[in-house]
Amino acid sequence: MSIVREIAARDLAPTRFYLTEDHHAENGTMLGFWLYLMSDCLIFAVLFATYGVLGRNYAAGPSGADLFELPVVAVNTSMLLFSSITYGFAVLSMQKNRVNATLGWLAVTGLFGAAFVGLELSEFSHLIQEGATPQRSAFLSSFFTLVGTHGLHVTCGIIWMVTLMAQVARHGLSVANKRRLMCLSMFWHFLDVVWIGVFSFVYLMGVLR
Amino acid sequence: MNAISNAHGGHADHDHGHEHTEAGHSTLKGYLIGFGLSVVLTAIPFWIVMGHVFPDSRVTALAVMALAAIQIVVHMIYFLHMNTRSEGGWTMLALIFTLVLVGITLVGSLWVMYHLNLNMMPMTLHDMRNLP
Repeated sequence: MSIVREIAARDLAPTRFYLTEDHHAENGTMLGFWLYLMSDCLIFAVLFATYGVLGRNYAAGPSGADLFELPVVAVNTSMLLFSSITYGFAVLSMQKNRVNATLGWLAVTGLFGAAFVGLELSEFSHLIQEGATPQRSAFLSSFFTLVGTHGLHVTCGIIWMVTLMAQVARHGLSVANKRRLMCLSMFWHFLDVVWIGVFSFVYLMGVLR
Repeated sequence: MNAISNAHGGHADHDHGHEHTEAGHSTLKGYLIGFGLSVVLTAIPFWIVMGHVFPDSRVTALAVMALAAIQIVVHMIYFLHMNTRSEGGWTMLALIFTLVLVGITLVGSLWVMYHLNLNMMPMTLHDMRNLP
């Protein structure tokens, strides 16, 4: 009996033949951003393949064993690793809706990222001063392209982070800002994943004879 | 009976679901475990190479690549929160597809170019005399 009344009541309500609001798949942005990261992964795969093919063509120039300073690379790696965990702390603060803590951890992450880029740039300038320019050999061309592309990504990540910090400071931890922070989180951790490949495949394998 | 009336009313609640994006999975414990494992998995390859632990450089190279692969998986699980359930499995599907493409790109390039290098070596005088 009750179901009949229910249906009768529903029929009295005005019938609409359109959706009153668009239905997006839940977390559609996250999935889309993940797909972007996968396409970025392909860019790095091509650069890694190029380095893998050309990495031993020194053209009678300096080799990785001559150029790479592993202590500097170790410091650089730890900078990026620390920035990963501090971004994790920023996400945890975000979940507890603590605006100031989130901003603080983002600032720390940005500083670690900036230290990473700074160290990398000083390494590059050191190499170029020694005459190990990208034009010197196929090895150096592919090295500068691969490591430089990664550094460029980190630089873009820092710019994005500063932008988001301004957004969060102005508008608070709104739903949109939280979504953006989670996208940047994926981007930042993805860059750390790529760096694992760089320090293992380029630097550590490069110094092996 | 309630099911029918909720079918319309339920949509309003549904939008709050957006707040719980990927963030739902992150915990302090997860990040700390991931960080600890990463530090160990970063320190070991640097120690192996800088301390000249293995006399054979091929063993060193294999160890470094294996540790890198493990560390990438650790980052994927603890920092990127990868699992088979997120987004109804679509992220995992995209990841597997990408890994297949990455594998083809890397292995294919190295394989083809290695053979090309071998076969395009400058010929010796002896080779030239004996050309068919």
